[in-house]
Amino acid sequence: MTIRFDDPNRPNSYIGRTVPRPNAGRLVAGRGRYVDDITLPRMVHVAFVRSPHAHARIGAIETGEAETLKGVLRVFTGRDLAEVCTPWEGKLLHLEGMKTPPQHPLALDRACWVGEPVVAVVGRTRADAEAGAALVEVEFEPLPVVTDIRTALDPDTPVLHEALGDNLCFRKANEKGEVDRIFAEAHKVVEASFKTARHTGVTLEPRVILVDWNAGDGEMTAHVSNQAPHMLQLLLAGHLDIPESRVRVVCGDVGGSFGVKVHVYPDEVATAAIAKIMERPVKFTSDRMEAFIGDIHARDHEATGRIALDESGKILGFDVDDWTGIGPYSIYPRTSAVEGLQVTNLIGGPYVFDHYRCRTSVVFQNKGICAQYRAVGHPVAVAITEGLVDKAAAEMGIDPIELRRRNLIADDAYPLTTAAGLKLEGLSHHRSLDALVEAMDYEALRAEQKALREKGIHRGIGIASFIELTNPSPFMYGIGGARISAQDGCTVRMDPDGSVVALTGITEQGQGTEAIMAQIVAEAVGVSPQMVRIVTGDTRVTPFGGGTWASRGAGIGGEAALQAGRAVRGQALEVAASMLQAKAGDLDIRDGIVVDAATGEERMALSEVGRVVYFRGDTLPKGLPRELMQTRHFITSNYPYAFTNGVQASYVEVDVETGFVKLLKHWCVEDCGRIINPLLVDEQIRGGIVQGIGAALFEEICYDGEGQILNGTMADYLVPMSGEMPDMIIRHVETPTEESELGAKGAGEAGTAGAPAAVMNAINDAIRPLGGSVTHMPFTPERILRALGTITD
Amino acid sequence: MKASIGGYTRAETVSHALSLLAEANGAGRLLAGGQSLIAALNLGTTSGDMLIDIAGIGALRGARIDGNRLIIGALTRHADIASDPLIAEHAPLLAKAAPLVAHDAIRNRGTIGGSLAYADPAAEYPACAIALDATIILEGPNGTRQVAAQDFFLGLFETARADDEILAAIAVPMAADGERHVIREAARRSGDYALAGLAVVRRDGRHRIGAFALGDRPLLCEGAMAALDGGDIDGAVAALATDVDPTSDTQASAAYRRHLAGVLLRRIAIDLGVG
Ligand SMILES: Cc1cc2nc3c(=O)[nH]c(=O)nc-3n(C[C@H](O)[C@H](O)[C@H](O)COP(=O)(O)OP(=O)(O)OC[C@H]3O[C@@H](n4cnc5c(N)ncnc54)[C@H](O)[C@@H]3O)c2cc1C
Repeated sequence: MTIRFDDPNRPNSYIGRTVPRPNAGRLVAGRGRYVDDITLPRMVHVAFVRSPHAHARIGAIETGEAETLKGVLRVFTGRDLAEVCTPWEGKLLHLEGMKTPPQHPLALDRACWVGEPVVAVVGRTRADAEAGAALVEVEFEPLPVVTDIRTALDPDTPVLHEALGDNLCFRKANEKGEVDRIFAEAHKVVEASFKTARHTGVTLEPRVILVDWNAGDGEMTAHVSNQAPHMLQLLLAGHLDIPESRVRVVCGDVGGSFGVKVHVYPDEVATAAIAKIMERPVKFTSDRMEAFIGDIHARDHEATGRIALDESGKILGFDVDDWTGIGPYSIYPRTSAVEGLQVTNLIGGPYVFDHYRCRTSVVFQNKGICAQYRAVGHPVAVAITEGLVDKAAAEMGIDPIELRRRNLIADDAYPLTTAAGLKLEGLSHHRSLDALVEAMDYEALRAEQKALREKGIHRGIGIASFIELTNPSPFMYGIGGARISAQDGCTVRMDPDGSVVALTGITEQGQGTEAIMAQIVAEAVGVSPQMVRIVTGDTRVTPFGGGTWASRGAGIGGEAALQAGRAVRGQALEVAASMLQAKAGDLDIRDGIVVDAATGEERMALSEVGRVVYFRGDTLPKGLPRELMQTRHFITSNYPYAFTNGVQASYVEVDVETGFVKLLKHWCVEDCGRIINPLLVDEQIRGGIVQGIGAALFEEICYDGEGQILNGTMADYLVPMSGEMPDMIIRHVETPTEESELGAKGAGEAGTAGAPAAVMNAINDAIRPLGGSVTHMPFTPERILRALGTITD
Repeated sequence: MKASIGGYTRAETVSHALSLLAEANGAGRLLAGGQSLIAALNLGTTSGDMLIDIAGIGALRGARIDGNRLIIGALTRHADIASDPLIAEHAPLLAKAAPLVAHDAIRNRGTIGGSLAYADPAAEYPACAIALDATIILEGPNGTRQVAAQDFFLGLFETARADDEILAAIAVPMAADGERHVIREAARRSGDYALAGLAVVRRDGRHRIGAFALGDRPLLCEGAMAALDGGDIDGAVAALATDVDPTSDTQASAAYRRHLAGVLLRRIAIDLGVG
C-alpha cells in the first residue's frame, strides 16, 4: 500500500502537517542535557595552551611550574600524545593531486595558526587547568607567514609546509564547450570580482567533549556535541587503536552545529587521548574566545567571473576563477577542498547554457582551518552567478526577472545534465519565480522604488535563483575513501501497549529531526506522533548512519524511518490478521487501532497485538512471523545528489550618506520536494536566510598581514541579530524526488545559499544610479560609501 | 576563560565601600551593574581584583532635584534613566540616550555611574555629560569632590577619579524652557556601541556638542559649536572634522567615522531647525 500524500484527509496524515516538536517542551523547561551538564565521577578538565603565533617553530616546552601548581594533575605535549594517537590527513582519493600534511592532536614541531593547541593541561577544575596553562612556557621561534590568498603560489611567497613543495592544497578546473571562442565572439560580456569573507558558525552551545576510558572493559565513551556520531566513533577508534565496537559516541542535546561540529578537532581528539592515558573522564568545553580561533572557519573566497550573452539576453556561458584560503591543514576527514569544488559545480546552476569554465585554487595559509559550514560553496557560487546575471541585466537594460525567465532551465526539461555536469532529476525554477513575483507584487514594488527614488530615497530589489545540493550519495565522500556514511538507518520497535520507539542514525541539533521522524514513523505505523519516542545520537544503539550534514536527514534518514515503520505495521497486521482470521491486506492501523481498511470499522487495539505477541505467543500459529522490531536502511542510487531549487528576493533601503543598509523585506520560494513539517521547513529557511544575511552584511573574521586575528569576541564579530532582520515571506513548490517513497529532499541550506546574493543585488540595485556597486562581502556601510566614492582616503 | 578574582565583599553604605577600598590597598574594584566589569573579568583583561559590590547601596540610586540641579545617583540603572519622569523633564538628553545603550537585559543592570566611571570613549552618557555641562560628584576618604564633566574624562578608560574614590552621582543643570536636547548615533546593530555619535544641547541659543566614538574620550567640539551658534552648518561640519580625532579598527576607519560625524551633525541641525 502506498501513501496517498496528495490526500490530506487520508488516515494518519501526519506527514505534511505542522505538529509540535516532541523535544521542545523539555528544552524550554530547562531539562535539556548538553554535554557540559554532564558530570562523571573522577572527572577532570583540560585546558589548552594555544599558539599566539601564526607560524612558529616550537622549541623547549617548560611545564615544571604548571605541574607543581595545586589542582593541576598532568601536562601533555604533542610528543606525549603522539605515543597513543596517530596523526591524520584530510584527503579524499577522488580529489586528484590533493595535498595536506599529517596533523596531530597537539602541534609537534611547528604551530601553524593563532589558536592551534600546543600543550594540554589537566586540572581538577577548568579554572585549575587554565591557571596551569598560564604557567607553561613554550619557546616559539616565529617563522614567515602566508596570509594572502592570491599571492600564496607566487615564487617569492614562503612555502608553509616544505615537504609539500608549494602552498597549493588542491586545484580543479571544470570545463565544457568552447569558452574562449564564445567569450571572444559574444554580443555581451560582463565581468566582476567577488569576495566572500571568512566567517564561522557561532553555535550557541560551543564545542564540548567529555571522554571516559574504561580500561576494564577496554571501552571508550565520548559524550560530545557533534553532528556525526558514527563518523567520530570510527575515527576515535582508528586513531586511538580501539575496536570500533568498543567506542561509544553519545550526542545528547546539541545546541546548534551548522557544520562546525562535523569535523575532527585536535583539541577534542587530544581530550580522548588524555582520557585513555589517565583512565578517567576528561572534559573539554570550548569557551567563546576559543571558538573563534578553534572552530572551523569558512568561505574566504576571492573570485573573478565573466558571463557571456547574446543579443536576446540568452546566457552563452560562464567563466570563473575562484581562489580560497583554507588555513594550514585540510580538515579531517571531509577535506577543505569541498567548498571550492562546490563552486566549480554550482556556478550558473539554475540556467541553460553550453559553455562553462570554473577553476578553483585551494591554498594554504597561516589562519584558522576552513571547512564545511552550512551551504558549503553555495553562497559563493550563487553570489558570483547572480551578481553577474544582475549586472548583465542592468547593462543590457533588461529587467532582472525577465532575464531570468529567458534563461532558467524549463520546468519540463528534466531529467538533464548541466554544462557543469550536474545530473538534475526535477526542478521548478519557473514555477518558483512566478510564485516569487506574485508573493512580492514585483511590479508594485518597482513602482514604489521609482516613486521614492524621486524623493531621494534609494531602495533596491535583488533577486537570486539558486540550486541546493541535498541527499548526497557516497559520491561525495565515500568514493574518496572517507569512512563517512551516506546511507542511514532506522529501527522501529513496537512496545506491548502499542506505543513505538524509533532509533535513527540522524541526529538532532535543534533543527527538529526528532519531530519529523516522529511524524514519519507515526504515519508509517499508524499511531499518533505522541505515541512515538525517537532516540538519536548514541552509536551503541542507533543504526549505523551518517548523521546530520548536507541536508540529508529528512530525505535519507526519513525514508529509512518510513520503511522501518511500514515494516512494523506489516508485521503487526500479519499477527492481527491471524488473530482475526482476516487478510492482512484488508486491515489497516489507524491511531493505534487495527481497523477494517474498507469500512474503518474497529477490529482490535494495537495493544492487544502487543499483549499477545509478547506475553501469549503460544496462542499464535507456530512459525508466524512476529518481529515487532524492524530496521531499514536507505541509500540514494539513481542520482549522486538530490538537487533542490528556489529563488529569493531582498528589498533594501540604502542610506547613501551613511552607507547603512536597512533590510525592508525578504522573500523565498523554495522546492525541497515533499514537505514533512511546514513550520519546521519555514524556520529552516528563515534561519538560513539570517545566516546568509550575516554573510552579506555583518560577519567577517579579520586577520592582519602577520596572521594575527583582529576580532574574535561577540562584541567585534557581528552576528546578525533580530533587531535588524526583515520580515520574511516563505512559499513552497513541491517536486518530490522519485528516488524514495517519501519524496523528501533537503531544506537546511537553501536560505543560506541564496540570501547573500539577493541582498548584494538589492544593494547594487539601490546604488546603481549613483554609479557604484559592491561585490566584496560583508557590505559594511563603509564599503558601500567607498563604492560610492564618498570616502576615498 | 574563567574569571579570576582576589575576593568579594558587599558594601552596605558609601562609607563602608570607602573603607573597603582603602583596605584593599589599590586592588579594590567597585562592582556596580557588572555589565562591563564581568565581561572584562571573563576576558581575562583584569584579574585578582578585590571586588567591592556597591549595587545594594540604596542611597546611590535614583534622581532628585537639588536647587537648579538634577542629581542622579551613580547606581541609577539605564532602564531607570529611560523611564524616570524627573530625568525626562529635566535632563531629556539622558532619557534619549538610555535606549541607545545596549539591550534590555543590560539596561536592567548597568548603571550610569558605572558607565561614567568606566569611560568607554564610545559610550553615550559621558558625551551627554559633557554636552550638558554636568558635574561629576566623587566621594573619597577626604570627603566630596566635584569635577566638571569636561575635566573628568582624561583618555581611554581614564578619568579624574582617584582609586580610593567612588563616583557617587552626576549633577545636571536642569533644562530651561526652550532648551533642546538631541542625540544621534550610527551603530551597526541596535544596541551596539556606536561607530560615531553626537550629543547636542542648545541652551540660550548656544550649542554644546559632545562627541562619542570619535576620539580616545568624549570630546567637546568647540569649533563646531561656535559655527553652529552662528547658524553656519557647513562651517560647523568642517570644524567638526578637526574637533574630533577618531581611530581606525575592524569596524570602521577613522576617515569613515569622521565622515559619519559630519552627516550626524547635519541631521541634528535639521532636528534643531538650524540654518
Ligand atoms: C553587549 C553590551 C553592549 C553594550 N553597549 C553599550 C552601549 O551601546 N553604550 C554604552 O554606553 N554602554 C554599553 N555597554 C556597557 C554598559 O552600559 C555598562 O553597563 C556600563 O558601561 C557599566 O556600568 P555597570 O554598572 O555595569 O558597571 P560595572 O561593569 O559594574 O563597572 C564598570 C567599571 O566602572 C567601575 N565603577 C562602577 N561603578 C562605579 C562607581 N560608582 N564609582 C567608581 N567606579 C565605578 C567599576 O569598578 C568598573 O571598573 C554595553 C555592554 C554590553 C555587555
